Amino acid sequence: MLRVEGVTAGYGPITVLRDVGFEARAGEVTAIMGRNGAGKSTLLKCVMGLVPATAGTIVLDGIEVHRLPAHRVPHHGVAYVPQGRRLFGPLTVAENLSVGLYARDGGPEVRAAVLELFPRLRERLGQVSSTLSGGEQQMLAIARALCLEPKVLMLDEPTEGLQPSMIRLIQDTVLRLKDTGVATILVEQRVDAALRVADAIAFMANGRIAETARAADLTPEARQFADHVGV
Amino acid sequence: MSGGARIWALHLALVAMLFAALFVLPTYHATNLARIMVLAVFAMGYNLAFGYTGLLSLGHAMFFAAGMFAMGLPVWHWGLGGGPALLLGLVAGGAMAGAVGLLALRTAGVSFMIVTLMFAQAGYLTILYFGQVTGGDEGFVVDAAARRLFGFDLSSDVPRYLAALALFAAAMAGCLWLVRSPFGRVMVAMRENEERSRMLGYDPFRVKLAALVISGVYAGAAGAAYGLLFGYVGGSFATIQYSILPMLYVLLGGAGTVLGPFLGALLMFYLIDITSGFTSAWLFFVGAALVLLILFAPKGILGTIRERGARWLP
Repeated sequence: MLRVEGVTAGYGPITVLRDVGFEARAGEVTAIMGRNGAGKSTLLKCVMGLVPATAGTIVLDGIEVHRLPAHRVPHHGVAYVPQGRRLFGPLTVAENLSVGLYARDGGPEVRAAVLELFPRLRERLGQVSSTLSGGEQQMLAIARALCLEPKVLMLDEPTEGLQPSMIRLIQDTVLRLKDTGVATILVEQRVDAALRVADAIAFMANGRIAETARAADLTPEARQFADHVGV
Repeated sequence: MSGGARIWALHLALVAMLFAALFVLPTYHATNLARIMVLAVFAMGYNLAFGYTGLLSLGHAMFFAAGMFAMGLPVWHWGLGGGPALLLGLVAGGAMAGAVGLLALRTAGVSFMIVTLMFAQAGYLTILYFGQVTGGDEGFVVDAAARRLFGFDLSSDVPRYLAALALFAAAMAGCLWLVRSPFGRVMVAMRENEERSRMLGYDPFRVKLAALVISGVYAGAAGAAYGLLFGYVGGSFATIQYSILPMLYVLLGGAGTVLGPFLGALLMFYLIDITSGFTSAWLFFVGAALVLLILFAPKGILGTIRERGARWLP
């Protein structure tokens, strides 16, 4: 579905990603793991067009996404939930969702499907989003991204700083999304979280994909985690 | 009462009160209120750009003047009627905002403010330079024969007040509908964070340009109405003062609130009117009011009320 090949990118003169390649398949969760500064978040931003690729290709269902301006990328089916939630604070839950829906002309059926995944948001539609708990904010950030009806959903550390019950709820949602055929790319630091939801894991080090593995072939004690995540 | 019904009821109540005021207020204050309503439309337009979309412009005097001169010049030179002239003014405000926006929106923040100020100053100097056509600094009086709309003589107190009220009510309803629409939410999203909006698939340039054009239409309508209702068109309306005034109205009343511009225009107009009656240093009182505002209600009067409980206020 989404194929990244030989991508090099960075910020000005600083190169962060070097010859990166991986594939995200429909109905699968691909976890990206690595130490801080490995380039995980930059990789997601690069797919999104927020950090331009200076070499390589990013292709989604035959469309060369890397050639598109950032605001066109979501129209081709890529949604991104950045680290730290990043909602529109003064807007209510319903208004945040409407901003997502309006972007792709999503109708009430899309809204209903999204709220089906997050029933708790339905109870808080009129609440200003900045007053939600951390977990609820994360749900809303994911829900808003799903309003775009993405083919590829990119989540950057969605469970960071959340309480265990909320972490489980977010993970369950990610697992349910697999059934809808969405390809999920998940940046994750926690081994247990990655092993629970991921089908494939790409390990990053120094801006490169150092290794890839099927999650089913790994245990929490696997060498890859010690080598590339530092646990 | 549902949220939407309560919001519309509040705004309709204001329109009803303003209508009733015509029969209660002495002529002097009724004329002032007509002027305030037109200036509030100008401020509403400014609020759409600044309060909702986050575009801090210092060029709105140019959009106001564009509307005023596009209405006044065809009347003065070719005897065009009031209705078509008003429409011309409205279009001119939007067109001017679009033309300026195409260039100025390539900048952001302070740079945007400076670029819009620069364009506005160029507009003002153009009016002075072509004084033989525009009337220059002295301006010109709009012919009484042209100051008619649907058979009503706008130089008379009552039709003038009602015309101002009709414009104000239409502008307010349009503003209310817009800010509660999905596009209105996108404007706020853009104000809050361009990058986040881009990640959802919105082109910040196009959204901001659309907001600026709508803002320009409001300013142009206000400028044209001001010239038509009060019978004078002049270059002084293109000075920086007329870019700062709507900003003050919006800051005082509450940026990002529908009724804030009217409240701000009302209070600021009377603050200036009253203080200038006993001192030439009335700007001192304006300054003091702004200091108090920043200390006690930095989000403006309605912005603070909304923050402290009335969250339903649009």
